[in-house]
Amino acid sequence: MAQTITEKILAFHAGFDEVEPGQLIEAKVDIALANDVTAPIAIAEFEKLGVEKVFDDERVLLIPDHFTPNKDIKSAEQAKILREFAKKQGLKNYFEIGRVGIEHVLLPEQGLVLPGDLIVGADSHTCTYGALGAFATGVGSTDLAAAMATGKVWLKVPETIKVVYHGKLAPWVEGKDLILHTIGILKVDGALYQALEMTGETIDTLPMYGRMSMANMAIEAGAKNGIIAPDEITLDYVRSRAQRDYTLFASDPDAVYCKTIEIDASAIRPQVAYPPLPDKSRSVDQAAADKIEIDQVVIGSCTNGRIEDFRLAASLLKGRKAAPYMRLLIIPGTQDVYRQMIKEGLTEIFLDAEALISPPTCGPCLGGHMGVLAAGERAVATTNRNFVGRMGHPESEVYLSNPAVAAASAILGRIAAPEEVL
Amino acid sequence: MNNIQGKAWKFGDDVDTDAIIPARYLNTSDPLELAKHCMEDADTGFAGKVKAGDIMVAGKNFGCGSSREHAPIAIKAAGVACVIAPTFARIFYRNAFNTGLLILESVEAAAAIEAGHEVAINSTTGTIDDLTSGQRFKAQPIPDFMQKLLDDGGLMEHWRKRLESS
Repeated sequence: MAQTITEKILAFHAGFDEVEPGQLIEAKVDIALANDVTAPIAIAEFEKLGVEKVFDDERVLLIPDHFTPNKDIKSAEQAKILREFAKKQGLKNYFEIGRVGIEHVLLPEQGLVLPGDLIVGADSHTCTYGALGAFATGVGSTDLAAAMATGKVWLKVPETIKVVYHGKLAPWVEGKDLILHTIGILKVDGALYQALEMTGETIDTLPMYGRMSMANMAIEAGAKNGIIAPDEITLDYVRSRAQRDYTLFASDPDAVYCKTIEIDASAIRPQVAYPPLPDKSRSVDQAAADKIEIDQVVIGSCTNGRIEDFRLAASLLKGRKAAPYMRLLIIPGTQDVYRQMIKEGLTEIFLDAEALISPPTCGPCLGGHMGVLAAGERAVATTNRNFVGRMGHPESEVYLSNPAVAAASAILGRIAAPEEVL
Repeated sequence: MNNIQGKAWKFGDDVDTDAIIPARYLNTSDPLELAKHCMEDADTGFAGKVKAGDIMVAGKNFGCGSSREHAPIAIKAAGVACVIAPTFARIFYRNAFNTGLLILESVEAAAAIEAGHEVAINSTTGTIDDLTSGQRFKAQPIPDFMQKLLDDGGLMEHWRKRLESS
């Protein structure tokens, strides 16, 4: 029977030749990961189970990235639970402050998540790794605890929605815009319980960082996983980083999809998702016409915290400054991204633009720290969620965009198209 | 026999996990601390108003957003005995089972039950009675596999039994 890439990866990890949507499987896990918010509960559940050791000390990953550098005593206590567990278990992939980065930027960069993997993470944006041709899905802490102990997870094989993107992208249009546009079509529950497979000639030439922005936000349409079949672009990214073998899977040409959506990507303008849901996407021209004044711009996150994202922002910020009273926050996704920003002179450009450069952290994306909003304040962010209260006070607002729109908006003090500052 | 009875609290579509428990409170996983802030940004003071055994009735895609297990933990610790919605976001659905929060899927009940109605639920049969309006609804049955996990005492108990017998 013809299979989709998602079905093939699941079948492979469940020890079957094939699986079909709706089938319940118990699958072998390649990587299980958690952060400083979700790991403490997972560790407590793991310890209740009475199992001595995790299933594999190289494949259970702990990444304290949410409230780090520790924002208060409670956060420090949470982070300490991870550190002590990592020491006790001898985990090879625990990332201390100074080495840690935003998990979904860090793990692909370090070659720890690879094509063909089955990855479960106690973080909903674990779906990012689908950009590498892996099956990756978010789970809660208890599911993660079971996976840490047994190396297995139960899953229902999802149906797959195929989204085919045609045409060449216009200037300033990024993977982020493709996914915001797509979520605008699907709505926030349009892919509930389903896989979202992204394909077509636009994807064939889309660089890895754009693919990661896309897979990252599959969850914002409710999807179980987002996935892009691995190709030469994937292999170029993975080859020099991979720390173990990997397997390439692809959908059969006659694989069965529950729905196929065709999108003319050449017609898409940069997108802005209005609060309070990621599916409220409009063109940046509409947003510019709406004259939306802003107080803060955040460039970073697991969606857009990669070096290419900062190059894009810097290309507009070079020789320009953030508007008066504007807080422009630049948050490199990892230490390597930070170092590369310095090498390429991007930090100089950002400092000249009077931006604040933060250490790698999830920080403001979830209203945690390092840039929380007051009542009535508005932000443009390259993050992934704009729910009520997401970045701070319940009466603050977040507009989602790509890094170029965010940079242009920081310069003009209102939501702006990149062309407006050139 | 109805084993749950309480007052209905209504919420809209796409209630996200930041509404259920804002991330600013996730620097702890203490259920009672989390319960104090349950639904805070959607209905200020909810945690102080809701009584043990009350029921949340919401629109589609309840629990969308983050994977935080703190969401069902906060709801349960706030005293809510059951959440009724037409659909649940998938991570929340799994988390609810894993943390022992009863959730029932019913398009009809979610639409018909009004705020403040007295609702009785039989968790074994999935029968939902709106005692105020006199209407009766039947929730979607719990999938066999998940029922088996529940019968084992939850996911971790299921694994404990399997690991002990192997």
